[in-house]
Amino acid sequence: MRRIGLRGFAAFAAITVLVGACSSSGSSSAPASVAPASVPPASAGAPSAAPSTAVAAKDATSAADMGGVDAVCAAGKAEGQVTLIATPPDWANYGQMITDFSAKYGIKVQSDKPDANSQDEINQAQQLAGTGRQPDLFDLGTAVALAHTDMYAPYKVAGWADIPDANKEATGLWVNNYTGFMTIGYDTKLGDITTVADLADAKYKGKVALNGDPLKASAGFNGVVMASLANGGSADNIAPGVDFFKKLADSGNLIPVDPTPATIASGQTPIVIDWTYNNNAQTAVLAPKGITWKAVVPTDAAPVAAYYNSAINKDAAHPAAARCWMEYVFSDAGQNTWLKGFALPVRLAAMQTAGTVDQAAYAAINPPTTPPVQLTQEQTAAATTYLTDNWKFIAIK
Amino acid sequence: MTDLPVSAPRPPTAQTVGPASGGAGARRLRGLGNYLALVPFHAYVGLFLILPTLIVAVGAFTTTEGQFTLDNVSRLFTDEVYVSAFTRSIQLAVGTAIGGAIIGGLLAWAVVRGDPDGLLRQVVIAVSGVLAQFGGVMLAFAFLATFGFNGLVTILFKDVLQVNILTDASWLYSLTGLAVVYTYFQIPLMLIIFLPSLDGLRQEWYDASASLGGGAWSFWRHVGGPILAPAFLGALLLLFTNAFSAYATAAALISQGSPIITLQIADAMQSEIVLGQENVGKALALGMIIIVSLVMLLYALIQRRASRWVR
Amino acid sequence: MTATPGGPLSAAAPDGGALIARPSGRGSGRRGSRRQLSIRIAIFVVVLGYLILPLFAMLEFSTRGDYGSRTLGSYAAIFNDPNLTDGIVTSLEIAVLTVLGMLFLLVPTMVWTIVRVPRMRRAVEFLCLLPLAIPAIVIVVGIAPIYRWMGQNLGAVGASPLTLALIDIILVLPFAYRAIEASLRSIDVATLADASRSLGAGWPRTILQVIVPNIRGGILSASVLAIALVLGEYTISSLLAFDTLQVVIYLLGKRDPFISVAVSLAALVFAFVLLIVITRFAPGGARRGQLQAEEPLT
Repeated sequence: MRRIGLRGFAAFAAITVLVGACSSSGSSSAPASVAPASVPPASAGAPSAAPSTAVAAKDATSAADMGGVDAVCAAGKAEGQVTLIATPPDWANYGQMITDFSAKYGIKVQSDKPDANSQDEINQAQQLAGTGRQPDLFDLGTAVALAHTDMYAPYKVAGWADIPDANKEATGLWVNNYTGFMTIGYDTKLGDITTVADLADAKYKGKVALNGDPLKASAGFNGVVMASLANGGSADNIAPGVDFFKKLADSGNLIPVDPTPATIASGQTPIVIDWTYNNNAQTAVLAPKGITWKAVVPTDAAPVAAYYNSAINKDAAHPAAARCWMEYVFSDAGQNTWLKGFALPVRLAAMQTAGTVDQAAYAAINPPTTPPVQLTQEQTAAATTYLTDNWKFIAIK
Repeated sequence: MTDLPVSAPRPPTAQTVGPASGGAGARRLRGLGNYLALVPFHAYVGLFLILPTLIVAVGAFTTTEGQFTLDNVSRLFTDEVYVSAFTRSIQLAVGTAIGGAIIGGLLAWAVVRGDPDGLLRQVVIAVSGVLAQFGGVMLAFAFLATFGFNGLVTILFKDVLQVNILTDASWLYSLTGLAVVYTYFQIPLMLIIFLPSLDGLRQEWYDASASLGGGAWSFWRHVGGPILAPAFLGALLLLFTNAFSAYATAAALISQGSPIITLQIADAMQSEIVLGQENVGKALALGMIIIVSLVMLLYALIQRRASRWVR
Repeated sequence: MTATPGGPLSAAAPDGGALIARPSGRGSGRRGSRRQLSIRIAIFVVVLGYLILPLFAMLEFSTRGDYGSRTLGSYAAIFNDPNLTDGIVTSLEIAVLTVLGMLFLLVPTMVWTIVRVPRMRRAVEFLCLLPLAIPAIVIVVGIAPIYRWMGQNLGAVGASPLTLALIDIILVLPFAYRAIEASLRSIDVATLADASRSLGAGWPRTILQVIVPNIRGGILSASVLAIALVLGEYTISSLLAFDTLQVVIYLLGKRDPFISVAVSLAALVFAFVLLIVITRFAPGGARRGQLQAEEPLT
């Protein structure tokens, strides 16, 4: 107890640092150890398995450039891992997608910041550019996706022809991946909610949460669109939606909290405006906790749908693995995985024609019969401009 | 007693420590060498503290292209969002500083009146030491576990006491809620800062005052109060700075909208929606520095007065 | 200002950061009347109750199981979550580096200002207290470009979370300075250094083997403060995109509230235990140190 004092402390400290340095090199600094400088370009690895015309992974614009999907994924396996961001396990069944992908191709998946929004993804990519820890792929809402096309690498997946032109960027910079419908999910203990107008009821004070800031997250943005449609607005005019949320904020119904599985489970956000695939996924999770969670497409508005967009980071540290991931999620297996997660995949129509769609999963979604409203790029841009000037009221009193 | 190889039996002062040799020239050279030894420290602080501050200060006055501009700074005064953010931050800091100072001061008094070597005092001080450093994120979760929709107290009120006051848990995300959470770490901090000053109040002074016919009230008004006032004010200023600069707690509680200035800065750092936002963030940061520096200057002046009375 | 909402613990405690202040010459201290006693009890109950309540609520919340049962499963899950254990290890490593860096930077500098250049003492003190005037959120705004440069140009080391130690050292300077300074004030550094040097020891040996053992109390205090600060630091870690303990707890809090509350409570208890253990050492160490200095050189 005497001499141990300082010398012992110093020894302990030294040992901890040594042990930490040795062990962490296998875990947290693993991405760093695959830094761009030390990853041999795929062209060095590919020639052993493909013809000499194979292109470096970071320049490949389709699987054919590298000698086929298998060659792409073999190169990806050599890279070791793929870094994803904002892909929570219970968002459109990403958990299953990641597990299946890893099992099939032997590529480790590093899933960072699962609850990041679209803007956070871009920030992370910029903050960590060149460090080896940056995300390899993006899954972005349309507004954010369109604003950063200079950050993507063009790539056309194997099923490119199946995807309608309106759902992809011509050179392959980004492509729609899955969509759902805007719903209101709620704890049935609170009563019965069927319309957007119900949310303004005084008994829901302090209970309504919108999934994300509309300027940064597509879910939040489309929640505003849904509210706008319910209050006399249209795809060109979201002012009624903004006004509606202002009303909710003033009356205290709307709380400035991002709903997450945790906030729902703890009861912090008992009413959540979010996509079908998110709200429906919560039903099974919450049952053991004694919460009956129901998701409804409100009846006083046309259903709102919006695709998210997949894009490859131009500066990806694992370009081959990133392309392998793209190939997988747009393959029939990947698209059906999303379908099982209550999301409608972009190749749905082609898969239905080809008979490869998972019928049971599709039936479980029970999509509304009214044609959904989807904002075009121009409408999204116009709405974003309006929101930039008018969404400032979300501040606490 | 051995012969120490020191050249002359001069009283050892800082200036004469070490063997003397050589003339004025050698001394001057040695003097320079002495300063050199301090370079690593100054270089380190310069690189990791001064440089970022300069980057902020300079960036506050530049556009994204690099031209000098007063736009960023003027926006702090014209844009309603920033004005109200500053106002709210200051209100929050002042309110929790006063609340924490009073309650913490009372607690410190209650502790100091007890057994100086007792267990109670040691435990309270240890608990305060930990709670004052209680991380923002963990504190936010603690409060959600207490006052959230499914929190202990809310359920207690709802199910056991059948009172529905707290079922609307949104108060936690209002300024009131933030104030309640902030006060949680202001109180222990006040205890730790203020306790030594209370300790400095000598029993003899109270006896002297009593022997002159004064009671407790008279003692506090004429003796204890004036002596403690500088220390109390100093502590108040520290609490203000603490609350004003806090970021983690608010970030963990409020995920949408940025009502206070620290959240606004984080937002500006990460927002791409409006170009040039990054430098407005630097202007906001500069505003914070100025306010906090003024407060710390005041604190330093008061400390000099307060240190007269505490051993 | 620190990133955690815990301010200058010992910056204003003039008896130099010994975390239990010893009162001086107060007599029996039991002059309270009955009324005073009841006031004191009331204060304790209300204030301490308010402080303890959330802790108890955390305990209750984190032991909730499915279907209304009670379980310690959340605590067990802490060790099964690789992100969480990674975050804990990372933060502990950063803490160790911060303590070492802070000591290597501060102790020689402070000794030097006492022994050789007392004129610089004010300057060093000012620089050490400067972080109080520059909030962590401001520092991170200015230092983000530097970190970006480091990450891109210094390879794996530059991108590692351990670089956070560089900033944490700055953040802990005010508290560490106060703690060490109080210890230095209580011994006669000039004489010790003089004696050691005149016996032929070089400066490194003087500092390491003569002065440091005598300021053990201050060093331990400063180290504990540094560890607490690093473990609780969120602002800079999150804005620079590093996964330290607090950031992981925050991210975990979005997925599973029970585990995140469990680990928060565990971290708090750990800090409490650490504090108790250290304060059992510190005052004793300082006193013993003084005795050693006063032994006659015969």
